[in-house]
Amino acid sequence: MASQPLDFPTAMIEAPTAAADWVMVWPVALALFGAGLLVMLRGQGRLQFGLAMLVIAAIFASNLYLVLRIFEAGPLAMTMGKWLPPFGITFAADMTSAVFALAASAAAMAVAVYAQSELTEREERFGFYPMLLLLLCGVSGSFLTGDIFNLYVWFEVMLISSFGLLILGGRKVQLDGAVKYGFLNLLATTMFLVSIAYLYGLTGTLNLADLIEKSGNIETGPLLAVSLMFLFAFAVKAAAFPANAWLPASYHTPAVAVSAIFGGLLTKVGAYAAIRVLTMAIPASIVHLQPVIVAVAIATLILGPLGALAQTHLRRAVGFLVIGGIGAIFAGFALGTVHGLGGAVFYAVHSMLAITVFYLLAGLIERMTGATDTLSMGGLYGASTPLSILFLIMVFLISGLPPFLGLWPKILLVEGGIRAGNWWLAGALLVNSFLTLIVMSRLWAHIFWRNGPEGERSEQPNPELRRLDRREAGFGLGATAVLMALIVGLGLFPNWLFEASGIAAHDLLSPDRYVDAVFGGERT
Amino acid sequence: MNTVIFRTAAPALAALMLVFSVFVLLRGHNEPGGGFIGGLMGASALAIYGIATGVRETRKAIRVHPITFAGLGVVLAAVSGFISLPFEVPFLTGLWWIFDVDGSEIALSTPLIFDIGVYAVVVGAVGAMALALEGDEGED
Repeated sequence: MASQPLDFPTAMIEAPTAAADWVMVWPVALALFGAGLLVMLRGQGRLQFGLAMLVIAAIFASNLYLVLRIFEAGPLAMTMGKWLPPFGITFAADMTSAVFALAASAAAMAVAVYAQSELTEREERFGFYPMLLLLLCGVSGSFLTGDIFNLYVWFEVMLISSFGLLILGGRKVQLDGAVKYGFLNLLATTMFLVSIAYLYGLTGTLNLADLIEKSGNIETGPLLAVSLMFLFAFAVKAAAFPANAWLPASYHTPAVAVSAIFGGLLTKVGAYAAIRVLTMAIPASIVHLQPVIVAVAIATLILGPLGALAQTHLRRAVGFLVIGGIGAIFAGFALGTVHGLGGAVFYAVHSMLAITVFYLLAGLIERMTGATDTLSMGGLYGASTPLSILFLIMVFLISGLPPFLGLWPKILLVEGGIRAGNWWLAGALLVNSFLTLIVMSRLWAHIFWRNGPEGERSEQPNPELRRLDRREAGFGLGATAVLMALIVGLGLFPNWLFEASGIAAHDLLSPDRYVDAVFGGERT
Repeated sequence: MNTVIFRTAAPALAALMLVFSVFVLLRGHNEPGGGFIGGLMGASALAIYGIATGVRETRKAIRVHPITFAGLGVVLAAVSGFISLPFEVPFLTGLWWIFDVDGSEIALSTPLIFDIGVYAVVVGAVGAMALALEGDEGED
């Protein structure tokens, strides 16, 4: 055989990587580094808090810079270890990833401060802060990765740290919640993994940007089957109807700070993954799936607040409202238009911040009333002015009434529904707002307006009320109020978020810029 | 496990296993082995020592809590990625420094640091589990 000089194609990235490109690695790498460091510093209570805050603040700053850069220059990508994509593992961020990651780090920061007001020494020693950082690492990784198998890995990181957080404290009810949470989530991630395997079998690639190109050549039949499996996996993660039962059964069991970070972040990761994979990476089958997603969205929109209406346990009621919010995100996802997806991204940002603050508020209410059931609460209106103000804002915020942040994404979504002629969806969104308002007014009436607990003595002052002590007022109320102020500020000046969600939706629907960023614009 | 033979042999066996685990860790780049498998061997050494002498004695012998090792491992793995920053290459790129010492090549690299991190995570995490399972109720 005559020897021919082999013409090897290049396998490595030769161009130097600017230090500024590392902005998408920091949220993950710093969180991992911080988590390891804090594990080594077990038992150093004050130091743990300080270091965790430092790391989360750095992650927040990095995410902020990422958002600004994407506004300026469009999507950004980095492929690990110098291997050329699609062989190296790519991190790629477009506007969707960046604003999700930014909102997540803001919520995590508030939760880290709030935790100072309620954690026992034992819980702190068993690693609340390392696990919080690991959770943030998993969440940021899911938002920033450009590789579908890597997305699965971050799901696992998130899942493992959330198990740890869920049973921190080790009460019986927590173990009960953890079993339900764990079983359904393991089922979902396994399904996710199986679908990835099928997808790899069909397309031969795992890189999201590469999938965009290759999935176009696959027959619709097999692709549709894989998409359905993905949809199931992500719907369980996101707690969309009919796979929502695990959420209200488990989210009220751990410490309030843990409930807050779970409710704020975890379900949104599922919704994000659904949008990222089904709308952007394998768009060919979404048309056929649309009726299913519309039905899921409508059912989730209506049943979420209805479930909350039936609850008297405060944090369980909040859990059902989380599900209602997921319905709104799925509504945008189902529409699949610029308005719909923009609304979904915007709503997810709103929901991450608003739900976190809602759980924190619920925790403060539980502290002051000494009860977890709204039937035995009452009289807070006279007892605490700041809490009353915060909760009243919450009523408006979560039901999407002006002038707060919840209104704007709802407008986008309803407009999207009307433009697409999907009156059922638009109607369901409005009914959802209305039902949520009823839920919130009911909670307001029970917890704040009524003088005492339910029953014969409901008109007499509540004897169980107590004041917040200094730690609770400083760290607890302080963190809640600051996060709420941020939300109010965003609601009054929503322009940049409108712009960001517009860009996000465009890049999701026609991801040329995303693909160019990953492949360096070399492919045509 | 209270036989004299086992109690006498266990410390020597554990020491041998620890040395061999480091050997397996270091040869891992080009030959079978590596951080994970080496770490498992290291953790088994801790477990054997724990069975023979008791958990309290083992904890005293390793001085720090095994979970601390695991934390150190995660930190090392992250640091091995950070090293690429000043070299203008992407995160986690393998960088090699090959020294010639007395005619034999010593290859130091960032993958090696990463692998040592994996080793520490596995020794720490699996060791902590083993010691917790061997310990009595309520003993930390």
